[in-house]
Amino acid sequence: MSLLPRSHTRDPLAFVDERLGAARGLRFLIDYVFPDHWSFLLGEIALYSFVVLVASGTFLALFFDPSTTQLTYHGGYAPLQGQAMSAAYASTLHISFAVSGGLLARQVHHWTALVFIAAITLHLLRIVFTGAFRKPRDVNYFIGVTMLALAILEGFAGYSLPDDLLSGMGLAIAWAVAMSLPLIGGPFATALWGGRFPGADAFESRLYIAHVFLLPALLAALIAVHLAIIMIQRHSQFAGPGRREDNVVGTPMWPGYALRSLGLFAAVAAVLVLMGGLIQVNPVWLWGPYHPYVGTNGAQPDWYLGWLIGALRLMPNLEIHVLGHTIVPNPFFGGVLFPSIVFALLYALPWLDRRFISKDYRRHDLLQRPRDNPRRTALAASVFAAVAVVFAAGSVDRLFFQFGFGYEGAIWFFRGAFLLAPALVYWLTRRLCIELARNDAHPLRRWDGVVVARNERGGFEELAASRAGGVSSSGARSSANRRGVRRPLRRRARRCG
Amino acid sequence: MRRWLLALAACLCASLSLLQLAARGASTPAPALQAGSVATLGQSNDLLAHGRALFAASCAACHGMSAQGIPGRGPSLHGVGALAADFYLQTGRMPLPSPRVQPQRARPAFSQAQIRSLVAFVASFGGPAIPVVHPAQGSLSEGQRLFSLDCAGCHTIQGQGGIVTGAIVPSLARATARQVAQAIRIGPYVMPRFGEGELSKRQVDSLARYVQSIQRPEDRGGWGIGRIGPIPEGMVAWLLGVASLLLVARLLGERTPNGMRRGGERDG
Amino acid sequence: MVERAWRALVLLVLWRLGGLRRQRSHASEDDDPTQRTTGAPVWAERLVLVLLAATAAAALGFVSLFVLDPDTQLLGLALGATLALLAAALVVCSRWLVPQETKAERRPGLADADAVKEVEHAAGEGLEGITRRRLLMGAAGAAGAGVAAAVAIPVVALGPGLEDQLRRTPWHAGRALVDDEGAPILAAAVNEGSFITAFAQHADKDDLGSPVVVVRVDRSTLRLPSQRAGWAPEGLLAYSKICTHAACAISLYRSPLSPSTQARAPALVCPCHYSTFDVLNGGGVEFGPAGRPLPQLPLSIDAAGVLRAAGPMSGPVGPSWWGDGS
Repeated sequence: MSLLPRSHTRDPLAFVDERLGAARGLRFLIDYVFPDHWSFLLGEIALYSFVVLVASGTFLALFFDPSTTQLTYHGGYAPLQGQAMSAAYASTLHISFAVSGGLLARQVHHWTALVFIAAITLHLLRIVFTGAFRKPRDVNYFIGVTMLALAILEGFAGYSLPDDLLSGMGLAIAWAVAMSLPLIGGPFATALWGGRFPGADAFESRLYIAHVFLLPALLAALIAVHLAIIMIQRHSQFAGPGRREDNVVGTPMWPGYALRSLGLFAAVAAVLVLMGGLIQVNPVWLWGPYHPYVGTNGAQPDWYLGWLIGALRLMPNLEIHVLGHTIVPNPFFGGVLFPSIVFALLYALPWLDRRFISKDYRRHDLLQRPRDNPRRTALAASVFAAVAVVFAAGSVDRLFFQFGFGYEGAIWFFRGAFLLAPALVYWLTRRLCIELARNDAHPLRRWDGVVVARNERGGFEELAASRAGGVSSSGARSSANRRGVRRPLRRRARRCG
Repeated sequence: MRRWLLALAACLCASLSLLQLAARGASTPAPALQAGSVATLGQSNDLLAHGRALFAASCAACHGMSAQGIPGRGPSLHGVGALAADFYLQTGRMPLPSPRVQPQRARPAFSQAQIRSLVAFVASFGGPAIPVVHPAQGSLSEGQRLFSLDCAGCHTIQGQGGIVTGAIVPSLARATARQVAQAIRIGPYVMPRFGEGELSKRQVDSLARYVQSIQRPEDRGGWGIGRIGPIPEGMVAWLLGVASLLLVARLLGERTPNGMRRGGERDG
Repeated sequence: MVERAWRALVLLVLWRLGGLRRQRSHASEDDDPTQRTTGAPVWAERLVLVLLAATAAAALGFVSLFVLDPDTQLLGLALGATLALLAAALVVCSRWLVPQETKAERRPGLADADAVKEVEHAAGEGLEGITRRRLLMGAAGAAGAGVAAAVAIPVVALGPGLEDQLRRTPWHAGRALVDDEGAPILAAAVNEGSFITAFAQHADKDDLGSPVVVVRVDRSTLRLPSQRAGWAPEGLLAYSKICTHAACAISLYRSPLSPSTQARAPALVCPCHYSTFDVLNGGGVEFGPAGRPLPQLPLSIDAAGVLRAAGPMSGPVGPSWWGDGS
């Protein structure tokens, strides 16, 4: 018989503990410490976006009809009255116009998908620029990169389900990219689509089951593993007061972190719901149903595939035909080779960093600021710049339309930029990092001035060691020189002394 | 904190102005031109004479004094009729500052009276009359179907305009029903032209009705952000959605404690 | 000058990153970072109460709107407000209401060399007494590969697996061209400068091989290859409407009204990546990423004036693939 007073938490807790042994696990959780930096919340934004996607998607799945059976529309939207369309498209119109809250759910779902992948991208950039992918977190990093690829695939599958004109054109291009795989492209694409594009009726069902079950289940499993690994290894942290490689400093899970995280969840959901209610997105009724013989100008994929349409547009019309075979169809370069190289670089980053960039095989739990590793930061920035140039090229036709310069000329410009921008960005970023790091250590460096101290007589006297270019700065400079950094040594002549 | 608010405000302003640009059709005012002397109107003879005078002052340099055309400068206007003359003058596409420039919609360089005179003059060389269009008699659904088959490839399905290699495709935001019919029959600049064998009068009525409907959008989902699809959607997702969530994250989290460890260790 | 510009840039970046503040004294990693402050300010508790009450009210508003007037914007505002107020309540709770604590926890080491040795030892013990280890491992590998193949092979059932369906089109000599409502197209109905989308009569409109674009050009401007001399009666040309780059519908026709001032030739352009095909020379690629010319359909005009195909397409329709025979 316990002598402790009954409390609110003790009874249900004892209930669970006696059956599942949960108290030990809960104690681990309650004591668990999360470092506090704001950039560590980016992954959580992605996580909570995923939850909103599942919730809104479940609602939509209750009404959507994944069938390409042709029917004649007799619903409420006048411009499509009496037109032939697929049941999938008609059910999307039904959800948008006839189901209470249907349009809200559709728009929340679509905005969340866009924000989800944006959050993953920012999270990835944070990981790369702070060196969080280093041992022991490289396995978790691979899981994260895989989740990025899956998320992009999932988003593409999702917005292709309504079978509208815009997404249908995108599916046609996806089929052409699948066909472009050397040797196996024809059979591979035919197997996936169940025939030549637009494929068998079963293709829509396959897309649907991939989007609502296969990919979300895979993502959820990977998210669970991702979080479990973080829990086992403890989160990384920036250097600071009391922060070492062998400890974690931050807010305990209860009460601070749990409430803060829940607050973030509610805030993410709030922003996404507000966007879903107030800003129109993917108004498929305006595009009309898809037919292979209809096209619209200015058709674009969602933003996270913009880099691929850019690659397909920038690639010159190289296509090798030999003895009745097309060795490498053109869409392969932009649609398969380019993203493969980018993802290969992403996967190879931990090894490249260990072997060539930082030359460091040790375990790290303290993060570096971007300026602390100029070579890695510059390399990541230059790869990002290359992808960004291709991304920008994907929407260049609208630029032409707004500002009136030639499309062909713009394509050549972006081709040139793709080749030149990475080198330029590399050099610029590296210089900036080095300068910032130097300025951190020695704020007065390279500025004309001296540090003075008041002496007993009321006057000022100069502190010799603090002169610009004095003792404290030489250490850093020589270590930089040891790594072969070349800096222009144009310095103004000292005015005093 | 304030800095971030400023940054967010700057992002919002930038995104709003970018979206404004994206939504706006390309329509720049025409360069200033001499419109010819003002003349009084009267009977059709006066109309013709007035038109001839205006034509001589503003158009003959490229089209020739009797509209026979000058190779390398301007085509012959014999047989284009009132239909074409009215279209080009009402939409401000003519007079053109230089023969090689693409005619684009602009403020008309002539007054309505002057346009009537010029049209009468050009019509005197023969050709189709100004079409009579009845959008209300057309079918909205048939218009949508025809537009998506024949027009959306260049003009976009919502008439936002776009490009083709070598030319700009104008937005249809300001096109009247009559101008829609005229453009369909003329095929201006590099636009294909559709005779009555390809698009009957009734079908043109339907197309005009559809164009009118896309000029008055419903936007049931909220702010339409231009209705051109994923480009403004992506911008809004980043500059509004992600930006506000970053703000929230900055509010919730902390900034870096002093990042330098003792000794200032760095990697190359 | 360059030096000044560089310094200005560095200053700008520093300002943005907050590096111009006076440097705090170097913190030491030996500092003790733990701290705990309790005691919420009075306004915090009241604020949380108000926010939670407002959340409930907003939620009630959302529920009523959903039932009474499910307008998308109002629903979004109501639900968004509910969530935003809840978020505010939680944030105020976490920042001001509950004790603010910074703790330090020891980071557990992961690697355990002794355990690794024990596992190795135990694994080795499990194989004690087995002599033909390598042979058994090889056999296990073969069995595993076989099972993997058995698990993977059902994917073959996904597709009909016939590649010539990629080359098949409904076009053959004599097949009439019809418009999208099924009516046969008369040659006289196609004007110069126009373009019409046509299909093979009685074929499925969604069949990629079916849709073609029919245009009429001035016969004197034609530059077709010699073997296609008879393919364009009266200057009428027909090309596949499916782009040979990535299968989009070629729905743009660049048709200059005045050849003297618009120097470009008539061309069919694809809206996806702007592959531009010259209609006068048999569909050759003028610009863009397409690697193959646009397949041309030979035309003939029958006695009734209806446009008919005079033979099959000049090449495979749609995007290239390994076995396209081009």
